[in-house]
Amino acid sequence: MTEMVEQMRISAVAEKVEARLRKRYGVERRFRLYGVAAIAVALTFLAVLLFSVLSQGVSAFRQNEVRLAISFDPAVIDPDGRRDHAILANADYAALIRQALLAHFPDADDRTGRRELSRLMSQGAELELRKLVLSDPSVIGTRRELWLPVTAAVDQLAKGHISRAAEQGGQFSERELARFDVLVAQGLLQPRFNKWLFTQGDSRQPEMAGLLGAIVGSFYALVVTLALSFPLGVATAVYLEEFAGTNRWTDLVEVNINNLAAVPSIVFGLLGLEIFLNLFGLPRSAPFVGGLCLTLVSLPTIIIAARVSLKAVPPWIREAAVGLGASRLQVVSHHVLPLAMPGILTGTIIGMARAVGESAPLLMIGMVAFIVDVPATPMDPATALPVQIYLWAASPERAFIERTSAAILVLLCFLAAMNAAAIYLRKRFERRW
Amino acid sequence: MPLTSEFLPYQSGRNVAGPAKVSARGVNVFYGDKQALKAVDLDIGTNEVTALIGPSGCGKSTFLRCLNRMNDLIEGARVTGTITLDRQDIYDRALDVVQLRARVGMVFQKPNPFPKSIYDNVAYGPRIHGLAQTAAEFDEIVEGSLQRAGLFDEVKDRLDEPGTGLSGGQQQRLCIARAIAVSPEVILMDEPCSALDPIATAKVEELIDELRENFTIVIVTHSMQQAARVSQRTAFFHLGELVEVGDTEQIFTNPRHKLTQGYITGRFG
Repeated sequence: MTEMVEQMRISAVAEKVEARLRKRYGVERRFRLYGVAAIAVALTFLAVLLFSVLSQGVSAFRQNEVRLAISFDPAVIDPDGRRDHAILANADYAALIRQALLAHFPDADDRTGRRELSRLMSQGAELELRKLVLSDPSVIGTRRELWLPVTAAVDQLAKGHISRAAEQGGQFSERELARFDVLVAQGLLQPRFNKWLFTQGDSRQPEMAGLLGAIVGSFYALVVTLALSFPLGVATAVYLEEFAGTNRWTDLVEVNINNLAAVPSIVFGLLGLEIFLNLFGLPRSAPFVGGLCLTLVSLPTIIIAARVSLKAVPPWIREAAVGLGASRLQVVSHHVLPLAMPGILTGTIIGMARAVGESAPLLMIGMVAFIVDVPATPMDPATALPVQIYLWAASPERAFIERTSAAILVLLCFLAAMNAAAIYLRKRFERRW
Repeated sequence: MPLTSEFLPYQSGRNVAGPAKVSARGVNVFYGDKQALKAVDLDIGTNEVTALIGPSGCGKSTFLRCLNRMNDLIEGARVTGTITLDRQDIYDRALDVVQLRARVGMVFQKPNPFPKSIYDNVAYGPRIHGLAQTAAEFDEIVEGSLQRAGLFDEVKDRLDEPGTGLSGGQQQRLCIARAIAVSPEVILMDEPCSALDPIATAKVEELIDELRENFTIVIVTHSMQQAARVSQRTAFFHLGELVEVGDTEQIFTNPRHKLTQGYITGRFG
């Protein structure tokens, strides 16, 4: 009898345990599911972003060009035959292109026809010819087959981004469309790699607009930011973490640094405008000043990351070194800092990546100007990649839409490269046990 | 049994023979408001092993860390009283703490080799104190220290491998080699075997016995067998006070204080 009671008691306990166990497994399964769902949502958004940018931007990496047989007529380029630089630079290269086109379309030799032909080729084509002649005057008098860029409108037509029909916003006459079709059919008009995107500064003509000025501007600003914020940030973190005791002042400093990390970056831009431009009289639109502002933006991030890495160095490393008679500075420089370096570098690169993608402070110091020239020094006016994206996104031409997306792709590539560098550095330094 | 602050420790057996290497008088340690050590008087003799025993939280580690001023690292820690090393006050403002730690080395509870090569671990102390200039001098110190720590034969072929890759017992002997590489006069050991298996412990204990010839050793231990095996003198701490100090044999066979008796017979602790 008692045995039976005992048996029942055991089975009742087992039942309870089993029910509880089932519940526990259920919770675990659901928790995993939530995690997977969260990642799936994030990946979907990323995929949508990448798809929309890629689908819009990929076409900007190709630009339609026409293969033309250009005769470098000495009578047009250099009537005196003196090969004088000024004369070569100011020659009527449009006439050479017109001649070549007229050879293809003899019927266009009237006022409208000439105007229509001039709408076909980009100004960039003339610049290409000019560059060729100036770099190598011996081409004068010869005949060369060259690929020359068409205007953005023709390019967009060829890419199918704008409609042919006049009622749907087409800008071309029947005759122009007919000539266009002939060129395409003969294989003379083809999309080729858009080298201007990577070799030119900004331009009003979309087909001539490039990112080089913005890339170089961003690069200079980044170099200035890195050169200032890394040593400053690490020194601050080391001092706060290793040397300063905890008192009211260090508490105050810590709170303020944490607050600075949350300050909207435009505030740093305003500060830069007031201090760097108005007070110090530094030049407007210069990547150097941009770098100073971005230093302010990235400094709190670097300090916080560096402090966390320093804190994560196990205390027994410090004890071991102190026990051997190492001074405080020796403890830090021989042991703590090298061990914290991977984390500090990762934090620095994340701070740099934030700085690269930052546009608001740059707007305030004038890096939003329309600047054609590629900056030669950090003191020359320039834009930066995110600002260039902003500028192009605000431009009405259809061709700038795809270039905006292309610029976003370039920026994303830079960010991906920086993150890859962060991972590489971390792995590399961690291997030293 | 309640202890009063006027309480004086029992002296069992002989006093320290000859002049004490380290001498503590009226040492109090405060962590903030909490008093961790109360008026400790203790002499530590030259070239012998002094074991500090007592239940957890009794202040033995705190006392040990006063001897090379490791307590300086702890914020809010305050030390009063005098501690002398060869009659020189180590808390004197004129004394260089870096110099002190070169004379009083330390081995910690958890083996803590630097994440560097075995060679660099041992060479680090001599390097920062400028004890060697040429590579040959460094080699000599490193080899000598590893040999004295009984580790050389085990690691001589892999001196450039990370010290953290050794076994626990080897790591602890590496830490001892690292400590003796700067030729200290006193070596402090804070429960050096508590993270080791019995075989590694036996090796370290053997080593401590050998090192006694050249160094003055103070060892904190939880194991009374260990204290009995390696030490010549033993000091028993309880609740921040030094209860009894004397010859190890005397303490373990014929303790004079009831607390000591209770502790070593395992009735509390």
